[in-house]
Amino acid sequence: MIRLPLLPRHRQIGLGIILLLLIVSPPFLSSFLLSLLTQALIYGVLAMSLDLLVGYLGLPSLGHAAYLGLGAYSVGVLTTRYGANSWLALAVGLLLAMAVAAVFGLVALRATGVYFLMITLALGMVIWGLAHRWVSMTQGDNGISGVPRPDLGLPWSFAKAIPFYYLSLVAFLFALWVLWVIVRSPFGQSLVGIRESESRMRTLGYNVWLHKYIGFIIAGTVGGFSGVLWAYYNGFVSPANMELATSVEALLMVALGGRATLLGPAIGAAAIVFLKNLVSVYTHRWVLILGAVYIGTIVYAPEGIAGAFTQLTKGVKPEPLRSKV
Amino acid sequence: MEFWVIQTFNGVSYGALLFLLAGGLSLIFGMMRIVNMTHGSYYLLGGYVGLTVIWGTGNFVLAILAGALVIALVGLGEYNTFLKRLSGQELGQVLTTMGFALIFQDLGLVIWGGEPYTIRTPAALSGSYQLGELYFPVYRVFIVMVAAAVAVVLWLVLERTRVGAMIRATVDDAEMARGVGINVPRISMGVFALGAFLAATAGVVAGGFVGVYPGADFEILPYAFVVVIVGGMGSLKGALIGSLMVGLLDNFGKAFFPELSYFTLFAPMAAILAIRPTGLFGRA
Amino acid sequence: MGKKLLVSVVGVLVLVAGVGPAPAWAQKGPIKIGYQGPMTGPAAAVGKDMANGLKMYLDEVGHQIAGRKVELIVEDNQGQPDLALTKLRKLVESDKVHVMAGGLFAHIGYALAPKVDEYKVPMLYPVMAADDLTQRKPAKWVVRTGWTGSQPSHPFGEWVFKTLGYKKVVVIGMDYAFGWEVVGGFQKSFEEAGGQVIQKLWPPLNTADFAPYLAQIRKDADAVFALMVAVSSLRFPKQYQDAGLKARFPLIGGGTTFDEFVLPSLGDEAIGGISPLIYSAALDTPVNKRFVKEYRAKFGKVPSYYSETYYTAGRWINEAAKAIGGNVEDNERFLAALRKVEITDAPRGPIKLDAYGNPIQNIYIRKVEKKDGELWNTVIQTFPAVSQFWKYKPDEFLKQPVYSRDFPPCKYC
Repeated sequence: MIRLPLLPRHRQIGLGIILLLLIVSPPFLSSFLLSLLTQALIYGVLAMSLDLLVGYLGLPSLGHAAYLGLGAYSVGVLTTRYGANSWLALAVGLLLAMAVAAVFGLVALRATGVYFLMITLALGMVIWGLAHRWVSMTQGDNGISGVPRPDLGLPWSFAKAIPFYYLSLVAFLFALWVLWVIVRSPFGQSLVGIRESESRMRTLGYNVWLHKYIGFIIAGTVGGFSGVLWAYYNGFVSPANMELATSVEALLMVALGGRATLLGPAIGAAAIVFLKNLVSVYTHRWVLILGAVYIGTIVYAPEGIAGAFTQLTKGVKPEPLRSKV
Repeated sequence: MEFWVIQTFNGVSYGALLFLLAGGLSLIFGMMRIVNMTHGSYYLLGGYVGLTVIWGTGNFVLAILAGALVIALVGLGEYNTFLKRLSGQELGQVLTTMGFALIFQDLGLVIWGGEPYTIRTPAALSGSYQLGELYFPVYRVFIVMVAAAVAVVLWLVLERTRVGAMIRATVDDAEMARGVGINVPRISMGVFALGAFLAATAGVVAGGFVGVYPGADFEILPYAFVVVIVGGMGSLKGALIGSLMVGLLDNFGKAFFPELSYFTLFAPMAAILAIRPTGLFGRA
Repeated sequence: MGKKLLVSVVGVLVLVAGVGPAPAWAQKGPIKIGYQGPMTGPAAAVGKDMANGLKMYLDEVGHQIAGRKVELIVEDNQGQPDLALTKLRKLVESDKVHVMAGGLFAHIGYALAPKVDEYKVPMLYPVMAADDLTQRKPAKWVVRTGWTGSQPSHPFGEWVFKTLGYKKVVVIGMDYAFGWEVVGGFQKSFEEAGGQVIQKLWPPLNTADFAPYLAQIRKDADAVFALMVAVSSLRFPKQYQDAGLKARFPLIGGGTTFDEFVLPSLGDEAIGGISPLIYSAALDTPVNKRFVKEYRAKFGKVPSYYSETYYTAGRWINEAAKAIGGNVEDNERFLAALRKVEITDAPRGPIKLDAYGNPIQNIYIRKVEKKDGELWNTVIQTFPAVSQFWKYKPDEFLKQPVYSRDFPPCKYC
């Protein structure tokens, strides 16, 4: 019925090579490239968490940047104002994102399709509005600067670029592993079942709403995790982190990489991070190019990089993954 | 007392501007279920075209009409070449329209430079009416009148004409409409162009009041969405009431709870949606 | 399909290779100046003014400083703090610049400063006016050649009370660090002179419609002090006039409320506006007249203070590099030289740094007037050689907290 294909051998080899490169390359990269790679990993976590919603549940959200913001502001406020230790900041970031997702899920999951998009947009704006205007807590447009690098009580420091990169890589792999286990579990398979036919799953006796709700909370929590990483990486948090444009960009990462593939969106995230930062070096018209990438993705690669890759290697057209209206 | 009168007037007039902006968007939602991220760009580009016409001719009315018409054509082009093919794919629509929004943003910068401008309005529309201690800016009264006129015309068209009946039928049930021989694609096209037309009108009108400047597109976009969400998609009445509510909430929110001013705007919205996921007047 | 993908993958790889580590011979190459500012997005026009000022200076010296060729690397940060941080990394780590100049918004100044200190590459802040960067949180490697937000406000506050005779003033300012500092400086000296700030309104940065705030302005005020920036400076005076307020309460404000960047877009509603700043394009000195004339010939518009400060930043780098014989690779010496620069004939007047690293310079009180159909900031009073502390003792001044929304507290509200 619903099966997630096991990875074929050539893909295993491909992914193995990528992982190996990620592990051995840092000392050979310029530190600017390394910082972009770190960004790519962190946005990768955000994109994968969104993929759980978009790809596996068929619920495209326009407010996912809010969770990044919640995680990032937890770290920003706790470390700069209260000098909280990194584990506490991490825990608060995750719990806050989880709690907000739990509340928002109650509202958002009453709708599907275009209504779901709109409701998540409004909810995302609520969080953005707080960051923007609740100046006494968030310092508003000034943002919070001077967030220190994490101190995890381990024998080595993450202040320098390379150790922090490895920390991000571990965090990324951890998030990937968690999400992978979830989507491969019976629970994850029922999410896909719900995406394909809600009514069928209901007839089969599944509590469809509860499945979606749990999926929504997990996506938000992992999104918050990416925010925690982002605050530590950047040392700076501002409302710009959770603008509508960031939420749309996260959707682009998912679509560009390929929905319901987890790793696809991570690759999409890397592609966008590199595109934005490298193309802008060569031309001030990079916004134009980014716009063209948005349109090009939908026109030429509607199933994303992962889909195009499948087509390339197998010569088969992947099943279209449309969310229902 | 004075405070309440003035703030209510301010809220209503800002709501009127939002109605111009979002009225068309609501119809687009209702009919095609398109989440149109380009809508803010129509508003901005409309303002820019209006600006060029003002510079060339000095005629404000011509600026509004030219801005609206040019942008209606732009919208039509975008719809016909890309969006039509994506019906039913929300994700595809969001990303495609976002792509257009970025492209328009950058083209605006290339063509008109990044300077902020205001559209010089006719002398008759500047200054204010004075009523005792109260001042009512003429331009705000003008915005309310334009919005009212547009609302009346739209209502007449929707309720009293054949085309209007076809639009309503399509909003209610596109399949059924197709079944009874309504040319749904053409109606959709027309409504999409109308949405762009109205957004551009709002852009020119707003140009005389908040200016035309890069960034206006994404600044105004959430407001347009919020109006549509609250009012309910596809409902003219909803868009009207939604605009007024958002205008008033925004105004009083900023006056009473400056620290929470956006929260007071978006949170009631979420509350409404929690009770009625399709908005106040929307149908699922 | 496959081909396209391949082409784009190769494309990305080529791009990646293009910004790889710089080769070793770069050290003997040109002096590299890294600029970053908003070249796209809402503040793009200001970014252009800034970059133009810097380019104009480098053109004037034939892109030669201390006998070495100069390379200017221009990066776009869209006025976004995140991008600004990324571009900072790029300029330092990938381009290996020797010195940087950049930034527009004060909060980006705070965001960049810790990173600049980490990299130990001097960065000039010709515009970013965040007070604390040369007060309570000095950043060693940041060389401020611009100003602090409260610097022009200090003499202005007292002057408003004594010369204009306003006793009660309502302030309305953009709600972020720069706004708080400009307003705070004004309130401090205005109230010490005997005036009263009777109300403080804080609209957020991107406010389009000021009506909710304008309606609250207390009617017992003598004048309104407004602090607007960029787009808000464009729309505020008109909305202020249309609300019937201009006729009742004269409008004064921070320098950016009426700066040359928006004057060409403003109409008669701005006439009469009085504000203090470190520069006015109408400044009647030979140096400035030449600067305005040449800038106009080159870029087709009157230079704003954004152009002037970046033009002077170019000169600043030149003077410092000359002082150390062009050996800008020695970053500690270069930094020391940058701090010692003294310019007597910049378009805005004489400048040198105080012990805390902020320029001591003239503050001009300007009034918007119409001449030959154009709006100009006529200088009506000059306060020579004003430091960021004005007449206060630095160590006493630094005991008070940095100006914020609630400091100084509003005693008469």
